[in-house]
Amino acid sequence: MSFPWAKEYTPSNGVTKFLDEKLPLPRLVYNAVGAGYPVPRNLSYFWNFGVLAGFFLVLQIVTGIILAMHYAANAQVAFATTEHIMRNVNWGWLMRYAHANGASFFFIVVYLHIFRGFYYSSYKAPREMIWLLGVTIFLLMMATAFMGYVLPWGQMSFWGAKVITGLFGAIPLVGEPIQIWLLGGYAPDNAALNRFFSLHFLLPFVIAGCVILHIWALHIPGSSNPTGVEIKSESDTLPFHPYYTVKDGFGLGVALLVFFSLVFFLPNALGHPDNYIEANPLSTPAHIVPEWYFWPFYAILRAFTGDLTIPFTGVVLIEAKLLGVLAMFGSILLWFILPWLDKSPVRSGHYRPLFRKFFWFGLIPAMIVLFICGGAPAEEPYVMLSQLATAYYFLHFLVILPIVGQIEKPEPLPYSITEAVLGSDKKAVLGENASPAV
Amino acid sequence: MADTAATANPETTEDTGDGVRRRDFLDIAAVSAAGVGGLAVLYPLISQMAPSKDVLAASTTEVDVSAIQPGQAIKAVFRKQPLFVRRLTPEEIAAANATPASSLRDPETLADRTQEGHQDMLVTMGVCTHLGCVPLGAAEGEVKGEFGGYFCPCHGSHYDTAGRIRKGPAPTNLEVPEYTFTSDTTIQVG
Repeated sequence: MSFPWAKEYTPSNGVTKFLDEKLPLPRLVYNAVGAGYPVPRNLSYFWNFGVLAGFFLVLQIVTGIILAMHYAANAQVAFATTEHIMRNVNWGWLMRYAHANGASFFFIVVYLHIFRGFYYSSYKAPREMIWLLGVTIFLLMMATAFMGYVLPWGQMSFWGAKVITGLFGAIPLVGEPIQIWLLGGYAPDNAALNRFFSLHFLLPFVIAGCVILHIWALHIPGSSNPTGVEIKSESDTLPFHPYYTVKDGFGLGVALLVFFSLVFFLPNALGHPDNYIEANPLSTPAHIVPEWYFWPFYAILRAFTGDLTIPFTGVVLIEAKLLGVLAMFGSILLWFILPWLDKSPVRSGHYRPLFRKFFWFGLIPAMIVLFICGGAPAEEPYVMLSQLATAYYFLHFLVILPIVGQIEKPEPLPYSITEAVLGSDKKAVLGENASPAV
Repeated sequence: MADTAATANPETTEDTGDGVRRRDFLDIAAVSAAGVGGLAVLYPLISQMAPSKDVLAASTTEVDVSAIQPGQAIKAVFRKQPLFVRRLTPEEIAAANATPASSLRDPETLADRTQEGHQDMLVTMGVCTHLGCVPLGAAEGEVKGEFGGYFCPCHGSHYDTAGRIRKGPAPTNLEVPEYTFTSDTTIQVG
């Protein structure tokens, strides 16, 4: 990219020469994911998940467009056409199971991608914009996944739609009109189903656009790496192709093995049996839960059971319902300011002893507790546990991270990526191709 | 044409001395028209998502309440949403009246929530005011929660025998829709 030792694209034959003059698309690909993109030599498998997320986005778009050819977004027949896809359409079961589990896998790889970002502080300068775009993509994914889950028009579809649009009803004064406007009625019905289908079709392409911006922004500073030390010379890097195309290819193979094990042998393991019952506005399922990938945030929503009042006066400042909604959206929106909350000059958690303790013994257990509580019924001890975990979650980002950055004494960083990989042996560090950074 | 161009150009582009060009009027008028037009287009784009006429037309529902025994409740449908009609037992009325309204999150008495002369007839929407689930307690054998009224299984809101929120995340009492007794045994909702 901006590194002076990046290999130059040279068109080899008449066709590529013609293209390079008229529309240099091969050059763009070469510089973006080819030999022309120098990448840190020490990337671990945690750096696979961006490519995997891209793969699952494509998989979702392809299977989704196929499903749309056989599905009808009308409350009278939506459930029936979903079953039609499963029973009558050739290979329809494969398309639908791949799409449903593909959504789960998209979230799995994106969560691991975000986990990587948290641990290695990938969000820090100069990569803030990549992070901001990533959080935007995540929010779009959540909206897309939610609306997609409504489309089969089963019991969980219907009640999920009702509960989630009900969140907007918590907004003071304008909440209820907004909810009715979003649904096009007083309860989810044909109008809501149709617009969710339309938007569910549109948003993946908006995500694809954001992904292009995400990758564009990535190519300006280049990839981060497990040491968090910036690239200093050519010996710190390898060309993306063939080194990381192969490494990503291997990771993709592993991911697909797991993915298709689920699609073929446990296709409903991540779903809810209730969604094979057609939507019934008069009967709520005993236990409404969203899809697993929303559980931590759902737990935060439910953690707020009491109003925020001025002490001893009983004057209600914010109702419990609105508090829960604000906290749930806030828990993700605060990621937008994360690059400015965590001021530590050291990126990688590998060299931050205090940060690491709070990360492994604070944030990760809190997330696991929230995940479990989000999937559990709204009763004790889950309510209390999710309250504790929610408190820690916000404390971690808003208080602990900024303070740790101030008081922590980081471990010594390696001089360069090359040194981190090969040790400080002079000969090893300065390989034959070593050239100083410009 | 050539004539106009030759004479118009100096006049329209040149400064008339006070910092205003004759073309400024055209610029401002064009941008204003485009702006107003753009805003006008927004209105139908937003309004199309609001409930359509057929949805709005599903306005009133008649419910026959004669067969409901004290302690029993029935579910009806009003605006595609469940409606609970419940005949309270004397004990349930006493329990509701024994609770001071001022101690409640949404202070209302049983009398506020029922019609005069029909204090045993509790008509509420069967829609939890938290996030819209259908509470349990209307049908035979369902859990009624800690206060003997309704219980929402989604997020654990407990309503008492007057349908008032007593515990859990719901902010307000179960909504009492507008209704009238058209006879002693029939109500018209909406």
